[in-house]
Amino acid sequence: MGHWLDFIGVTVLLMNLMALSSSRIKSCVRIVAAQGALIGCIPVIKYFPCVAPVTVIFPLTNIILKGVVFPWLLLRALRAANIRKEVEPIGGYPFSLLMGVAIFVLSYWVISRVSGPGQPASVLNAAVSFATFFTGAYIIVSRMKAITQVIGYLMLENGIYLFGLVYLKEQSLLVEMSILLDIFVAVFVMGIAIFHISREFDHIDTEKLSQLKDIMATGQDL
Amino acid sequence: MITILLIVVPFFSGVVSFFIKDDRPRRALIAVCSIVHLIMAIAVFNFYNKTQGPLAEWFGFDDIGIIFLLITSVLFSGASFYGIRYLSDEEKYAHGGVKGRGLFSPEAVFGGCFQIFLSTMTMVIASRHLAIFWVGIEATTLASAPLIYFHRTKMSLEATWKYLLICSVGIAVALLGIFVLAVANNNRADLFLARLIENANCMNKLWLKAAFLLLFVGYATKMGLAPFHAWLPDAHSEAPSVVSALFSGALLNCAFLGILRAYQICAAAGLGPYCREVFTVFGLLSVIFAAIFILRQGDYKRMLAYSSVEHMGIMSLGIGFGGIAVFGALVNMLGHSLVKAGLFFSAGNILSYFRTKRIEDVQGLMSGKTRRLGVLWMLGFLLITGTPPSAIFFGKLIILRQALSAGFYAVSIIFLAALVIIFIGMARIVIFMTQGENTCQARGDDSYNVKGLTRLCVPAVFFAIAIILGLYFPDWLTGILESASRSLGGP
Repeated sequence: MGHWLDFIGVTVLLMNLMALSSSRIKSCVRIVAAQGALIGCIPVIKYFPCVAPVTVIFPLTNIILKGVVFPWLLLRALRAANIRKEVEPIGGYPFSLLMGVAIFVLSYWVISRVSGPGQPASVLNAAVSFATFFTGAYIIVSRMKAITQVIGYLMLENGIYLFGLVYLKEQSLLVEMSILLDIFVAVFVMGIAIFHISREFDHIDTEKLSQLKDIMATGQDL
Repeated sequence: MITILLIVVPFFSGVVSFFIKDDRPRRALIAVCSIVHLIMAIAVFNFYNKTQGPLAEWFGFDDIGIIFLLITSVLFSGASFYGIRYLSDEEKYAHGGVKGRGLFSPEAVFGGCFQIFLSTMTMVIASRHLAIFWVGIEATTLASAPLIYFHRTKMSLEATWKYLLICSVGIAVALLGIFVLAVANNNRADLFLARLIENANCMNKLWLKAAFLLLFVGYATKMGLAPFHAWLPDAHSEAPSVVSALFSGALLNCAFLGILRAYQICAAAGLGPYCREVFTVFGLLSVIFAAIFILRQGDYKRMLAYSSVEHMGIMSLGIGFGGIAVFGALVNMLGHSLVKAGLFFSAGNILSYFRTKRIEDVQGLMSGKTRRLGVLWMLGFLLITGTPPSAIFFGKLIILRQALSAGFYAVSIIFLAALVIIFIGMARIVIFMTQGENTCQARGDDSYNVKGLTRLCVPAVFFAIAIILGLYFPDWLTGILESASRSLGGP
């Protein structure tokens, strides 16, 4: 079982790097969806023989939402916005990829040094969970399109969920479900917002969303 | 039982609002919902410690929660009465002339989300489970995002997007913090607040510290502490004034409650001094940031937003100083919620009359038809900057006294200097706006008028309560504030 979990960990990590190096938004959406679904499989593998509501209902909803519903919502918003490619990020894609690797190395270094009750079942997966979290955060700050930022947000959530799986014994169903519901509504509302942005502005570049500023434009005095 | 009703009633009333086609009954429903909520909140106030029920383990109020509930409920009632008048006044200006595109009309979306927003805030305040608290906070973000976009302008859309993304990501950091806290609690995902406080002594200190920092950063994003406040001025300036008032007076408090919950756990584990340092640093930073940005502000609603950053900073400083200052922080919160909501209502009136948020285009509020408005605006400014007698003055005084007696001399000096700068910055703007000749009348353009006394009465009542609290503090309120500050490390 352990080697299966490690296999998932490595795949999740590779998906982080793929999302970082891909300029096609459609494939980014699919990568993050696959990542979410893959992480959703972990509890199924972990508790494989025993069948309880928590071990069946929740993972199933989780996998369906993250693997099917979210990408569907996002791809719909993408069609409405009529774009395919992300703008070149700061430093280009090779630099992004390097950042991804650096984030993982740093996460691994931190995790392997921390002691205490948080001795995870698998150091690799713990490091991957942190790396996924920070890769998501990095995508949010380095990419320009609104939709890519949502992808980053989902990746960040994937990282948190993986963290919970690695470190914690099972959660109550109510809690898991309500967190999932929140994320679902978040993606839904963000999808609507992207739709409105593309209609109002004819683009979804958040870099150009910069009308709201603080200091008086011409420096005139009252 | 009544706790659950407090959450469920506004939620369903909000859902129903989406489907009411006609504007008038929907507005009436908002008013009814707010009154029912207020009555229930007052009822809960009498027996909140002994609530029993099917979900009593998950939802209930303690001494701290009940204060937040009362503030939220009172503010929402004021906002809804102001709001229904506002909605009928704004009818011809709202939504950029677009009406009824899509499934629901913009006002139906507004009415629905407005009440669901109240429901989610109540859920946050009532929750006794950290993860459910998180769910509630994220839900407030989602319920209130459409409210910012009410006017359907490009700028409001920009503000909505920033609000959605920055707050969601910030709150995601808090979720990681909750999981880290569970790890500190020996990998048990048992996140009931009472049990966490009980077990705090057996927790791993290193992980607990990490958890506190993550929770602090996450909820501080929502609360608007500098330097995590990027969304706050945009959202407050672009949202309709009713919504800005609720954001400033109620929503920011809810996020603050999240930090206080984390602090309660850490204090029980003996990490109090460490947490108080964090509170002091970020509180001071917020006050300084606010001072810098208020000084050269060109937009009066943004000025109010930065004043909120300042007050969040003051509350944070109050917790950071410990001792009696905790009581001061709570008093300041009470005063800030009332006065700032009143100020945003007044700002809404000014905006309705002048149709601009630029300070340099608004002059002569004290003359002509806007005389009463000008008086309110000036009064609000004096109250918010801590001129006696007001609850804010009282709160600031207590905080400062504790700071000096606990030996935080350097911090106190910077704090006071920032307060003076903020006073000067705001005075400059407010005096400019109130004096001189009325620009709107000079242009001969006063076709648009603020109708209805409600839009002046609501802020006036809020200011009056804040002044009364500065002169006379009723015993029941003192009692509840004292017991709340005791559970937050006060004397």
